[in-house]
Amino acid sequence: MGMTLVEKILAAHCDREQVKAGELINVKLDGTLANDITAPVAIREFNKLGVETVFDKNKVFLVPDHFAPNKDIMSAEQAKIMREFAYKHEIVNYFEIGEMGVEHCLLPEKGLVLPGDVIIGADSHTCTYGALGAFATGVGSTDLACGMATGEAWLKVPETIKFVFKGELQPYVTGKDLILHAIGDIGVDGARYCSMEFTGPVIDKLTMDQRFTMANMAIEAGAKCGLFEADDTTLAYVKERAKRDFTVYKADADAEYCHVIEYDVTNLEPVVAYPHLPENTHPVSDGKDIVIDQVVIGSCTNGRLEDLRVAARLLEGNKVNRKVRTIVIPGTQQIYLDAMNEGLVEIFIKAGAIVSTPTCGPCLGGHMGILAKGERAVATTNRNFVGRMGHPESEVYLASPAVAAATAIKGTITDPKEIKPFEEVMK
Amino acid sequence: MKLTGKTWKFGHDIDTDLIIPARYLNTSDPKELAKHCMEDADPTFAGKVSPGEIMIGGKNFGCGSSREHAPIAIKEAGITVVIAESFARIFYRNAINIGLPILESPEAAKEIQERDEVEVDLDKGIIYNKTQDKTYEVPPFPPFIQEIINAGGLVNYVKKKVNANG
Repeated sequence: MGMTLVEKILAAHCDREQVKAGELINVKLDGTLANDITAPVAIREFNKLGVETVFDKNKVFLVPDHFAPNKDIMSAEQAKIMREFAYKHEIVNYFEIGEMGVEHCLLPEKGLVLPGDVIIGADSHTCTYGALGAFATGVGSTDLACGMATGEAWLKVPETIKFVFKGELQPYVTGKDLILHAIGDIGVDGARYCSMEFTGPVIDKLTMDQRFTMANMAIEAGAKCGLFEADDTTLAYVKERAKRDFTVYKADADAEYCHVIEYDVTNLEPVVAYPHLPENTHPVSDGKDIVIDQVVIGSCTNGRLEDLRVAARLLEGNKVNRKVRTIVIPGTQQIYLDAMNEGLVEIFIKAGAIVSTPTCGPCLGGHMGILAKGERAVATTNRNFVGRMGHPESEVYLASPAVAAATAIKGTITDPKEIKPFEEVMK
Repeated sequence: MKLTGKTWKFGHDIDTDLIIPARYLNTSDPKELAKHCMEDADPTFAGKVSPGEIMIGGKNFGCGSSREHAPIAIKEAGITVVIAESFARIFYRNAINIGLPILESPEAAKEIQERDEVEVDLDKGIIYNKTQDKTYEVPPFPPFIQEIINAGGLVNYVKKKVNANG
């Protein structure tokens, strides 16, 4: 019997010829990740284990990104716990704020995750690395503590839902719209405990940045991971970054899937997820009467260079609506630098947006852009739960960077083609 | 082990932001987290919940973030067991790893009402609703997960393994 992509990767990490969906296995880890919120809890548990140090000081990744630069005394104390642990155990991949970024933008950029890897991270969006053809999944702090100590984790081999995307993408329809469409179709628990495998001619043509966006949101359908087979696009991305060997795995032709779902995306408009669940999706044209107070362009979902580029080109020569507070957050220091060198930062500032140092802050209502009671935001982030960006009676609408930028200009949810033709923006 | 208590009932897709909003995650002190448990779903919950009570959820309970602060807040608030129609994957792992018993039973979770008196026999996998005089059976955990529970959570389980190998 053939194996799916996830079965292939997991079998190789428990030294087995074959594993099957449903089996409980113990895998060897290529990396373990925690941030300034989840690391302190993990360190508390790690210290109970009675081990001298971490399993491999090169394979523990620690990124202070959620409340950093620290927003208050309490978050500073949390970051300090993490920093002291990193120095004590000589963690190579601890990234202080000057070299950091939003963790799921940073790790692929630094070449710390490569095709075929198995990674666990104490952050649910660790599934982002599935874009590289790696098995990566979010876990809690206790799992992470045990992973840091032993270099192993127990996992149930997930069943796989195969998604086949066919047809022609319309202008301004991106990876973000594809994943929102899929979540809208199957629901926020539609892939619970499963691997989502993204395939088809549309996927083959997607850039890495768009694949990261899609894999990132697999958790919003309840999935364990969201995987893409590594192809030439992937290899071109990792070639510059990889400092060690890696293996590309492919699904077998006779692999067994629990479902195969096909979408013809030819008639798909840009998609917006309304409050308060990512499954509550609507075509962008439905939102033209919804007045917006804030736009956030950034996060581990859509804070990459391509995201900033499309937003900037829409904003170029325009001003953000004076009633829309517009916040742009490059995903990493490198993305920030690239955006400066390309002139994107200047465009944002001239348009009346602010540009922040990399942080997860507003995405989870932490800092930098908290909403007041009754306010509405369009965000390129991944969650629109109750209270996600601030007051429990505020609202978050999820959309692509193009829709977010167009909305910032108009003040209501706007199809970017109303601002500029796609061809002009992509030239 | 038998647990008995009155219930608190919540709906579908109770996410980790409802269980413990991120604005309180600048601490990892369980007592501080418990003060804000379920705040955005029911602001009165943390002030009213009594030790030994039971939480009921709908489908996909605990979806969203990996924050272990969520099951920690529930456990520290005094809840002894969570019964739901279904659990999100990371929450399920986290609850087992920290020793918060959770049971998946669509029928029980649907039929139990708020403030019913419920008895749970964890070893036998039986939920008994005293108020309605109804019994539900829950499939047992796989042996491997049972081992983690019996060890008192993942840290104790791994500690034993590490020491045995060391």
